[in-house]
Amino acid sequence: MQHWSTTLTNFFVGLGLPEPVAMAIAFIIGATALAIFAPTLALGLIWITRKIISRIQDRIGPNRVGPYGLFQTVADAAKLLSKEDISPTDADRVAYNLAPILSVFGVIMSTAVIAFAPGIIGADLHVGVLFLVALGSLGILSALMAGWSSNNKYALLAGFRVIAQLLSYEIPMVLAMLGPVLLAGSMRLQALSEFQSLEIAGFNIGLGWTAFIMPAVFLIYFISALAEGEQTPFDLLEAESELIAGFHIEYSGMKFAMFFLAQFLNSFFLGGIAVMLFLGGWQGPFVDQLPILGVVYFLGKAMLVYAVTQWIKGTFPRVRIDQMMAFAWKVLVPMVLALILWQMIALKLPAPTWVQYAAILIGNLGALALIVVILNRHLSKEEIRTKRAFEPTSLIGTMQPAPPSPGN
Amino acid sequence: MPGLDALPFPLPTVQQVIFILIAGMTVTGALITALAPNLFHNALGLVLAFFGVAGVYVLLEAEFLAVSQVLIYVGAIATLITFAIMLTRGMMFGRTSSTNRLMLSTAIISALFFLVLTGLLVNVAWPEIGAELAGSEQMIADLGEMFVTTYLVPFELMALLLLAALAGAILLARD
Repeated sequence: MQHWSTTLTNFFVGLGLPEPVAMAIAFIIGATALAIFAPTLALGLIWITRKIISRIQDRIGPNRVGPYGLFQTVADAAKLLSKEDISPTDADRVAYNLAPILSVFGVIMSTAVIAFAPGIIGADLHVGVLFLVALGSLGILSALMAGWSSNNKYALLAGFRVIAQLLSYEIPMVLAMLGPVLLAGSMRLQALSEFQSLEIAGFNIGLGWTAFIMPAVFLIYFISALAEGEQTPFDLLEAESELIAGFHIEYSGMKFAMFFLAQFLNSFFLGGIAVMLFLGGWQGPFVDQLPILGVVYFLGKAMLVYAVTQWIKGTFPRVRIDQMMAFAWKVLVPMVLALILWQMIALKLPAPTWVQYAAILIGNLGALALIVVILNRHLSKEEIRTKRAFEPTSLIGTMQPAPPSPGN
Repeated sequence: MPGLDALPFPLPTVQQVIFILIAGMTVTGALITALAPNLFHNALGLVLAFFGVAGVYVLLEAEFLAVSQVLIYVGAIATLITFAIMLTRGMMFGRTSSTNRLMLSTAIISALFFLVLTGLLVNVAWPEIGAELAGSEQMIADLGEMFVTTYLVPFELMALLLLAALAGAILLARD
């Protein structure tokens, strides 16, 4: 498939421009398109979030500005722009002003390697997956800068909490991303999407998703992505309804909006990465005949994943920080390590490919079942323990065993 | 443009201009690291320098190194350093000095290190401009293979070192 930049360059060369100039113009157009695409997307994402959450809460949601309230976010952005830009006394000016920019920068950079369709990708880096992982570290840095430079102890504490969360969940996430990379034997995102084709009688229906081969790895990625995107049930660093706003408490106006923009886009792009790695990317019926259809498939799938995260946001309770950390280090990391190890062994088996894939699938399902059993046992014990801890101690003092929980 | 050919000095190529910009950024970051009076700014300057080095790698078409540089140095090491600074110094209060009594020995060690690097720079047979490089994707595969064949022992030693550091950190944290 011809890369979009080649097509555009050829078009400008056809207009009579020298080739270097044509190439430069083509790339400037591409970069601008991506940079405009991301914030525009955020407007849609915020609208979707609001609509989904209001449906879950039996409300209608925004419905006054524009058709179906579509322009509510535009009005909000205008309001935020007109707000006073406050800097706290003794804030560190450089870091304070740089932090929101850096957070948005890191997220928008990731659009550069997203495979929208065959041939439509900003830059098909051969280290694409690693590039996406590296960008995540910018988010950590910006949280740290914002928390420290605000000259507010609560912001600093919240910054530490964010970093602890992001660093902990980065490990299972990155290891889970390794699964499809091992399977496809490439870190290029375009190659990963191409790999997930499935031909039946010579027709590509595009359902060779790696999620079918490794459901457990996909689940681990999805859970870690929720934590990385600071979404419920891992949104305790912000905890809108009960805490102060977290590391961006001192920010107001547009700088505050930039953190929010970064957060919405980040959770969308983490879903997009899930689509590219596990859910077939732009693969779908007729995409070989009509490549532009890939954009529809990719964005559709990514929106669906985003809708699921918002559904989770509307329905799940928030976990405690110790539960969250324990879950990352004691459940996700060992599980994903075991799965990756098993996958490596399975891929080296001297057997036909489908046997290898079946072995991986069986390993994944087995690991899921094992984790469910272990967690169930642990949680029921925990339930009894907490019930006992809250039981009033009588003077006669024999502790009754707790009644069996309804879950068992 | 005929006028430009008549200049007494050669015009820099686009690559050279980009290199000068990136190098300037790196040096600025390094200077901030060494000279800024605020420890947190030192850490941020270090991050800037790391980014500059990553930029140099990109310019050399070593994307893998560049991305690893950002991932490991900016993502892990700079964050770690920042954490260490924030947790060990009362940096929320006032200025800290960027110099201390170890200044002289540090200067000597830095100078020696600089000499070593200069020696390397002069003596290594660098590949010529325009020399063919292996396919970029193949390069990563080769790198991975070398880690588990030729350089297996250093690779495993590194893992051991990290494990020891991890155990030590846990031991310290439990005290």
